[in-house]
Amino acid sequence: MTTTTLAVLVPLLPFLGAAAGLLLGRTAPGFVRPLAVLPTLTSLVLAALVAARQGGDTAVNAATELTPTGSVPIELALHIDGFAALVAVLVGLVASCVQIYSTGYLRDDPRYPSYAALVSLFTSAMLLVVYSGDLIVLLVGWEVMGICSYFLVGHYWETPEARAASLKAFLVTKLGDVPFLIGLFALATDAGSFRITKVLGAVASGGLDHPTLIALLLLAGVAGKSAQFPLHTWLPDAMAGPTPVSALIHAATMVAAGVYFIARLLPVFEASQAAMIVLAVMAAVTMAGSALAALAQDDIKRVLAYSTIGQLGYMTGALAVGDRGAAVFHLLSHGAFKALLFLAAGVIIHAAGTNSLAAMSRMRNLRDRVPDAFWTMTVALLALAAIPPFSGFFSKEAVLGVAEHVVTGHTEHAPAAAGWIVLVAGLLTAVLTAAYAMRLWLLAFRGRGAEAPDHGRQPLTMTVVLWVLAIPSLALGGFAFRVLPDWFDGRDLGPTLTTSVLGTGLALAGGIVTYGAWRHTTALAARIPLGAVSAHPEGDAAQVEAEAIATHEPAYGDIAYAPDPADPGRLLLGPLHRPAAAGFHLDAVYTALFVRPVQAGASLVRFLDREVVETYVRGAGALPRWLGTVVRRAQTGNVQTYVSALLAGTVVLAVAVVLVATGA
Amino acid sequence: MHLAYPAVLSALLFCTGLYGVLARRNAILVLMSVELMLNAVNLNLVAFDVWLSKAAEETLHSGQALTLFTIAIAAAEIGIGLAIVLAVHRNRGTADIDKLRDTSERHDPDGPDSDARTAEQPGEAQKAEATA
Repeated sequence: MTTTTLAVLVPLLPFLGAAAGLLLGRTAPGFVRPLAVLPTLTSLVLAALVAARQGGDTAVNAATELTPTGSVPIELALHIDGFAALVAVLVGLVASCVQIYSTGYLRDDPRYPSYAALVSLFTSAMLLVVYSGDLIVLLVGWEVMGICSYFLVGHYWETPEARAASLKAFLVTKLGDVPFLIGLFALATDAGSFRITKVLGAVASGGLDHPTLIALLLLAGVAGKSAQFPLHTWLPDAMAGPTPVSALIHAATMVAAGVYFIARLLPVFEASQAAMIVLAVMAAVTMAGSALAALAQDDIKRVLAYSTIGQLGYMTGALAVGDRGAAVFHLLSHGAFKALLFLAAGVIIHAAGTNSLAAMSRMRNLRDRVPDAFWTMTVALLALAAIPPFSGFFSKEAVLGVAEHVVTGHTEHAPAAAGWIVLVAGLLTAVLTAAYAMRLWLLAFRGRGAEAPDHGRQPLTMTVVLWVLAIPSLALGGFAFRVLPDWFDGRDLGPTLTTSVLGTGLALAGGIVTYGAWRHTTALAARIPLGAVSAHPEGDAAQVEAEAIATHEPAYGDIAYAPDPADPGRLLLGPLHRPAAAGFHLDAVYTALFVRPVQAGASLVRFLDREVVETYVRGAGALPRWLGTVVRRAQTGNVQTYVSALLAGTVVLAVAVVLVATGA
Repeated sequence: MHLAYPAVLSALLFCTGLYGVLARRNAILVLMSVELMLNAVNLNLVAFDVWLSKAAEETLHSGQALTLFTIAIAAAEIGIGLAIVLAVHRNRGTADIDKLRDTSERHDPDGPDSDARTAEQPGEAQKAEATA
């Protein structure tokens, strides 16, 4: 088969799997698991084949136009360069792991068939985004991901948190998607085509009339999808979905799409200095703010969610200084270790029967209950904190190295101000990242108190994928940073000495300070009992998780916060702890700015409709109704009365006719 | 015979029938009165047919033919009418027209809004369907 055929099959197979799964889910439950896992695995193999054939050489381009659509043509086009090939392999790997993990995690879930089909559809949409060479086809995948995330985040729709979170995720990303659509149209109008190759060609020859406007419009959509400030608020709440879905959304699909989109169209953004500065500021605020918030979260998955936002901030930061190689490098390594973190967190939540770190810190021997999750999560947290030689170190140093490069003025395509912003925020975030990674590890695995509840052995499907993902988390960075430049733009991705020493030193400092704070506070933990645990030794992990999410607010008073004085994050953050736990009250600000005015407008419209419009309608109906009441009184039911009236009418008519005929 | 005699007779018969239809209470008597009215018309038809055919050179006696139709239809009508009256009497125990007022408009306290009320209370409408 040609590379093009293989590449077409990659997004097509999960799509067909999703369609078959939705159709057969009820009638043939035995086929659901194979239909979920096999197409995704096959497309992973095919994506790897495509990557091997493409090999970082010239991009594979293929296009076919189904039908003429008017002014700017829309074509089914493929554009596979080194970025697309490698990101597709990552998507396939993470999606396969998630599908295998889900067979164990949602073992007894009655809605598993539709869940698995939606995960397949999600995967196929992301692969479409990755491979697409036409912006409108890319947009199709982009929007399909939006609706899939809505359904999957709302998987536990019995709980109000999940319902609210799914709606929020959908609406907030759509808020970005509307400007994104307008930006795409503006871009196509300026460039004369939706094809990525032609758009890039037009940019290279300076054919864009409004680069800043277009870049900012597109940036809004990217901020929504990739959860960048100020549209990031949906991501922490999306933790109300099942853990495998969180892993899928956070590691490979959805949030990666925004970063990947900028990486594809980076010359468009580089055409506008203002857009690059905005991107840098956005990345910096996102990084630092989310790392602070992550340090204060009580829900283990919300810690990881804020960490995702922060790591995406690193990627957008790398893009802001004009190096998409570093951004996609971090995207790849982050995809591996973040998927691992989430899947391991799912195992831990199942074993502990709670998603609260405060409750876990009062549990003895949790790590002996889940040795696989303990070891793999340790690897992933080290990668997250960018400790050498784990993969996160190399990719993060690539980002910081590029920023340093820009600061020292070695490049002309990115403003030095952007370099400074990204470098300072990146180093600050490195401290905080190490701090919250350390805090998570200490609270989850070094707890003391009552024995952890026994949920039996974890299913093999759930533990094997952890080790599969641990390999790239451990080794990807070290092996890849020499090879990847051949696939990407050819720029060196190796760590530079200054930033490596600085970044690693700061990360170690953050970890040690957190450890010290934990030593200081952990004595308090025994004195203050806290924690609610839901134990279902017979049930599957999803049931435990759904209950843990639903009981967090009743048990601790808030979805993200627990009144735990033994939390090292509280000591480290001081007065910042409470606002950081609430995401710096950004949701409250949005409620005051947008939700309340909209609700007030809605109640005004309701008032106008109920009280004003309906009054007119009722008034118009009053006269006929009154007449009807009067006429209805003649309807006595006595036939003789009717006949009498008939006779009287006949006589009157006859007399009238006679009078007219005689001319009187 | 002068045309005035049958005409006057039929007018008297018709008025008697009309009075019966409008004023009698017993359904069978009402039916009989209807027969009287029909026969008054028949009489008119025959009388005028004879009167007209005197003047005409040739005639089809359409008046008399129409009379035959009327008699046939009247026979059918009285048959059905008596059957209905019989059925009503068996059901209700009476053939009094004044008491057979099922088609009258019920006097609800809030008559004008009865439609809106049934729309707002689907339970009531379902109950009505179930009994129907």
